[in-house]
Amino acid sequence: MLLNEYLFLAAFLFAAGVYGVLARRNAVLVLMSVELILNAVNINLVAFGAFRNSAVGQVFALFVIAIAAAEVGVGLAIVLLIYRNRRSIDLSEVDVMRG
Amino acid sequence: MVAQQIAFGVTAFAMAVGAVRVVTTKNVVHAALWLMLVLAGVAANFILLAAEFVAVVQVLVYIGAIVVLFLFGIMLTRAPIGRESNLDNSMRPLSLVVGLLIFGLLASVLAKQWGRVHLHTANVQRTSDVAQSIFTQYVVPFEAVSVVLLAALVGAVVIARRD
Repeated sequence: MLLNEYLFLAAFLFAAGVYGVLARRNAVLVLMSVELILNAVNINLVAFGAFRNSAVGQVFALFVIAIAAAEVGVGLAIVLLIYRNRRSIDLSEVDVMRG
Repeated sequence: MVAQQIAFGVTAFAMAVGAVRVVTTKNVVHAALWLMLVLAGVAANFILLAAEFVAVVQVLVYIGAIVVLFLFGIMLTRAPIGRESNLDNSMRPLSLVVGLLIFGLLASVLAKQWGRVHLHTANVQRTSDVAQSIFTQYVVPFEAVSVVLLAALVGAVVIARRD
């Protein structure tokens, strides 16, 4: 197997995630796109770990999974708070701090 | 080797379709379900890379917990369950350009740098090696991550609490 096949797949997931973060209005959909980006990174970490014959790639992938779980928990709590205050999770309406 | 190649092709195609559907679908619940397909494909890729422990953790944490959390988030914010036309903002064409540029840039750099590098599947990283690595060299980051998780859970409860 070529290493590049995994790297290309991860690059595609990353690009799709970036598009989702930029183009979506619904806050929950933006968080889902962030998950796509994090999974792309995980594929890269494990693929390079296998390539370099080292367990460190898998260790870092596990760390990323743990941080992603924390991120989703806090992120959804913030989204719920925004919904409770504004009755909407449309991100283009959340512009109180716009200069 | 051929079986591995075929399995990779099938999962990669499913993941590509799933990823595109996650960011383009008009239905929020369907987006969560397509995301589940992508996450399962990532777990399959970990199996193909002989990282079975990470694959099991991926299934447990992502498919078991995070997707359910997303579905709860969708239900609690009372998103319309049916089709909805205004899920994308006005920057959609520009975002498409940015996404395509990022993919093109990454693909050209990867093709140049890692063009014909092969993975040696003979030497496999065992789960015991991963455990050895976590609990010797990376034990301090491991404990830090557990504190981060605790802080995040307490923070999420504090933020979302009604008072």
